Parts: sequence; structure tokens; C-alpha cells
Amino acid sequence: MADAAVGEAGAILERAAAWAEAGKGVALATVVKTWGSSPRAIGSQLVVNDTGAFEGSVSGGCIEGAVVMEARRTIEDGEPRLLNFGVSDEEAWDVGLACGGSIEVFVEKLI
Amino acid sequence: MKTETLARLRAARAGRQSVARVMALDGSVDAVVEDGDGPLPETVLELARAALKQNRSYDFEHEGARWFVQAFNPPLRLVVVGAVHISQPLIRMAESLGYDVTLVDPRSAFATAARFPGVTISDEWPDDALETLDVDGRTAVVTLTHDPKLDDPALHVALRSEAFYIGALGSRRTHEKRAERLAGAGFDEAAISRIHAPIGLDLGGRAPAEIALAIAAQMTEALYR
Repeated sequence: MADAAVGEAGAILERAAAWAEAGKGVALATVVKTWGSSPRAIGSQLVVNDTGAFEGSVSGGCIEGAVVMEARRTIEDGEPRLLNFGVSDEEAWDVGLACGGSIEVFVEKLI
Repeated sequence: MKTETLARLRAARAGRQSVARVMALDGSVDAVVEDGDGPLPETVLELARAALKQNRSYDFEHEGARWFVQAFNPPLRLVVVGAVHISQPLIRMAESLGYDVTLVDPRSAFATAARFPGVTISDEWPDDALETLDVDGRTAVVTLTHDPKLDDPALHVALRSEAFYIGALGSRRTHEKRAERLAGAGFDEAAISRIHAPIGLDLGGRAPAEIALAIAAQMTEALYR
């Protein structure tokens, strides 16, 4: 993990705490595995609330929409989810992993 | 993530303590490990220790289950001694690299909020300021005043600390004289050689922002190499 990400990790924790304190449902998405070239290192995080607002990133930007959608489901049903994005270069392009990488994202609710 | 886990991670961060978060990806384990100890399998604890040392995350399998361990190290800190021109771009760059920055300068005309908006400023004498900050292994110290009265006391404290980077502005000749003073103060060659001087990677630039970039790049190199 790049150390610039240490500062970012702090911002994500603070955002999660602030949203929880404000009574919002909160989920955390973490990159737990990458294959090939991937824009963000494992450990990169995104925090999402029940209105769909989010902070942080798990990719260069394009799979965030899908992750936020799944995270809202996790906030609703409380079930953790393990999401896979990108397989072939072509599919990778479709979900926004333009470099052809593939990543796995773990989504969990703050309980 | 349990609310309790979140609270512990935030507290560790505030207290500049290194902790690792360990979770099983089926959601059955959500733990925070301090100093690599805890009621978890030894294989898992070993990876937690490695994660903290390398400041990275690990994905692994243990007894058929998928696990993930993530390092939560305290933020990097940069102590800049001297509210000089180079300090302005250097502080901005360091902040974007994730550093908590403290600017130290007892000269009130230099360290003004107008010149350094939003920056944490200490007007203590540099050695006192560094003692107060309790410089650790995730702290970089950079002296930029060109004035031995201010730079040297800061270097004394930095050299006795575990600072991962120590840099001092000044020419090769300035550094020779500085090294002599430090030797006179009882520091040996190994200690003095920890100081990066002339400061910064040799990028060729002379403008304040270019020197700041050379310093920030050298700090990054020291952190990872």
C-alpha cells in the first residue's frame, strides 16, 4: 500500500464514523485481491452510506458505481459480499478496468 | 465491520499506534491485532506482523477459509524546521502525500498564518518542538533555515530519534562544517551519515518548488528503500 493511502485510510474511517453518528447506514468496500495490472492496490477502500454517497476509491473510477450499488444492498440486508470485476480485457473495459486488470472487492456493513 | 472495530482503528490512529485489522471474508472474524498479538491462529498473526512492517495488506487462505489482513499504521509526519520559501511548496506536496505536517520556526515574522494558511505551526525552539512531537520511525525531519542556531538543535534531536528521513538544506561545504559541529557535539560518523545533505534527489532544479519536489521525492525513496 502506498503511504499516501495511509492518509486516505484515515479519511475513510473518519467518514464512516461521522455517517454512523449521523444515524446513516454505512458499508465499507475493500479491495482484497487483484490480478494483472490494477489501478488500486489491495487494501484500497471506499465507504458508502444508505443514500449512495461515497468517499475513497477501489479502482480508477468506473467500477465505483457498481460497488456502491452492491454496498447499498449490503446496508439493507446486512450480508457481506465478495465482488469480482473484470476477467478478459474486453470485459475489463466494460466495467472500467481499462488496463485489463481484475479485482475482488469485499463489501461489509458497519454494524 | 463492527462499530467496536472502527472505534479501535480510530483510537489507534489518534494515538499513533500500529494495529492490523484481520477479517475472514465470510464475515465470521473481525478483529484488531495490536503488536502482532491476539487470540488468532499463529499463521494469521504472523501475516499481521508482516503487514504492519511492510505497511500493506495480505489476502490469504487458512484452513480452507479466505482471510484478509490490513495494516493500519499511524500517518506519516513531516517536521519542517524553517518557515522559508521552500517550505511552502514542500508542505503542500507532503500533505498530498499523506503527511501530517508541523512547521517549526520561533521567528514570528517567518511563521505567519498568512504565509502558511491552515498549517500547524510551532514557535518553540526547534529542539523543544521536536521533543514535544516525540519523533518516531514514521516521521521525517527537514531543516531549512540555513541557520545553525536553529537547524543544529533540531538535528540533535532527530539524530537521537528513529526518524526515517533526516534532511538538511545547505551546500556541500555548509554540510562539512555542520558535520564538524555535530562530531564536536558527540555524534559519530554513522549518525551524521543519516543526514541527507545536500538535501533532495539531484533533479537539477533550483526554484523553491523544484527543490521541494526533490526533497519530497527523496523522502519517498527513504520510506520504501
